[in-house]
Amino acid sequence: MELDSLYQEVILDHYKHPQHKGLSPTFSAQVTHVNTSCGDEIILNINLDNELISELTWEGQGCSISQASVSMMTDLLTGKTLKQAAVIVKSFSELMASKGTSAGDPLVLEDAVVFAGVSKFPGRVKCSLLGWMAFKDAAIQAQANNRGER
Amino acid sequence: MSFSAAQIRKDFPIFERTVCEGKRLVYLDNGATSQKPLSVIESESDFYRLHNAAVHRGAHQLAEEATDAYEGAREIVAAFLGAPGGADEIIFTKSATESLNLLAYAMGNAPVGNRFAVGAGDRIVVTEMEHHANLIPWQQLTARTGAELAWFKVTAESRLDLSTINDVITANTKIVSVTHQSNVLGTINPLAAIVARAHEVGAVVILDACQSVPHMSIDIKALGVDFLAFSGHKALGPTGIGVLWGHMDLLNELPPFLFGGSMIENVTMTTATWAPVPQKFEAGVPNMAQAVGLGAALNYLTNLGMDNVHAYEVALTGYLLEKMHAVPDLRIVGPANTQSRGGTLSFTIKGIHPHDIGQYLDSQGVAVRTGHHCAWPLARALSIPASTRASLYLYNDESDCDALVDAILGAQKYFGRF
Ligand SMILES: Cc1ncc(COP(=O)(O)O)c(C=O)c1O
Repeated sequence: MELDSLYQEVILDHYKHPQHKGLSPTFSAQVTHVNTSCGDEIILNINLDNELISELTWEGQGCSISQASVSMMTDLLTGKTLKQAAVIVKSFSELMASKGTSAGDPLVLEDAVVFAGVSKFPGRVKCSLLGWMAFKDAAIQAQANNRGER
Repeated sequence: MSFSAAQIRKDFPIFERTVCEGKRLVYLDNGATSQKPLSVIESESDFYRLHNAAVHRGAHQLAEEATDAYEGAREIVAAFLGAPGGADEIIFTKSATESLNLLAYAMGNAPVGNRFAVGAGDRIVVTEMEHHANLIPWQQLTARTGAELAWFKVTAESRLDLSTINDVITANTKIVSVTHQSNVLGTINPLAAIVARAHEVGAVVILDACQSVPHMSIDIKALGVDFLAFSGHKALGPTGIGVLWGHMDLLNELPPFLFGGSMIENVTMTTATWAPVPQKFEAGVPNMAQAVGLGAALNYLTNLGMDNVHAYEVALTGYLLEKMHAVPDLRIVGPANTQSRGGTLSFTIKGIHPHDIGQYLDSQGVAVRTGHHCAWPLARALSIPASTRASLYLYNDESDCDALVDAILGAQKYFGRF
């Protein structure tokens, strides 16, 4: 069924067993992003150690796609530098804009290539990008906050 | 004549197509917009094909025909609503959203001394179950004027809590704007008590009738409200056409909102005076073909009889409610039975997000809406981030309800496998 390309096992697995869920008590920046069309919401905490993303934690409510995407993203980006993260975010955004024409680069995106199937469903692309947009925002704010502290 | 949804469906060309690789279209998103019968599609295209000209302007035959068609639609709307002052009380807008904004802006324009002038010390009352279109214009008006916003809360039984009505509609209340039927809960609100209290304190009552006009017979005199708004596209009519009705004496006192051509009486370089109602509120060349299409839609409904439509939908709602009650882990967001309730059925399913339900239903040819349905504060009040909404109309039947419930059970199986 066409639906199976959307609801891949890995996605539903992350949905049922979300990673890095539960907000860290301290953070370099905290952002809240909402998908205004459906009410999905995530709060993302980022901890930056100079250029290194030392911790990403989140809390949220939403559909399987948005929640699985945040879960996978936090797995993928924790321990990366901001530069490495930017490459991954760009690759994921391009995949989601591909309308099902791209398979995604497994060397960059690892498990997150399963979202290739989601890119065929225009109504769900926003869901899968919710966490990633929050990350972009959080990274900028964290850098500004860290600069301010010094 | 017995009411036959199957017969009615034949009047709607869209039901000739299939969705999702050959599946029958089960259209249950009527709360968002209705499908159109051929007579509406044809009356709109006939306007362009045969009569197109700017109404009230040209000195030629086409302009006269166009004006007759447009003004004829106004007569049809007036009769449909039972407007006490006739067609002149009907104002065409582009949508209910525009109708409600028109009121909020026009009232905001009212000079001191005008009965609609609002300011610090005045109160505007809405309800917790309003669509954003009947909430935000009033939020903004209070923000601009310093007036205060108050609202009726919604009870656990999905009804308005009128127990504190005298504390909500206070002596300083100027405007009470409420929905007739909730676009999320399906609740039909008891207007008599609200209208009586509002009029006791000298407030005007505005009715958002978007979800009632398409589904039940409306008699403005019996409702007792002062203004009423609805959208054509939810009542079998075209998009781009909405209605604002108001009592003539109130419309005469209400200042205009949009300024420009066709709404003036006399203009100099520095001043202007206004044309009589309804022209005063219809600046610019209006959505003519759409108004004519709305007339055709209301004629279609009148031929069926609104009491028949309503009785049919209530019975169908009862059928669907009963089937839904039997689904495990399903919670209805709205009244549990058909008492004072329309055919809008929102629900949640334990463990499956509405967006995922909607996606699964779509794969089975069942069209519903998911999310907060433009009533975010209501979702917050009910502590449900989102819900799935099935909304019935006259062309739906028991087989559509069966298809919905089968698909819900299918979704539970599909997402339950992990
Ligand atoms: C209760 C209610 N009020 C207002 C509106 C706004 O209608 P429209 O978007 O056609 O202006 C809607 C429809 O979405 C509605 O259901």
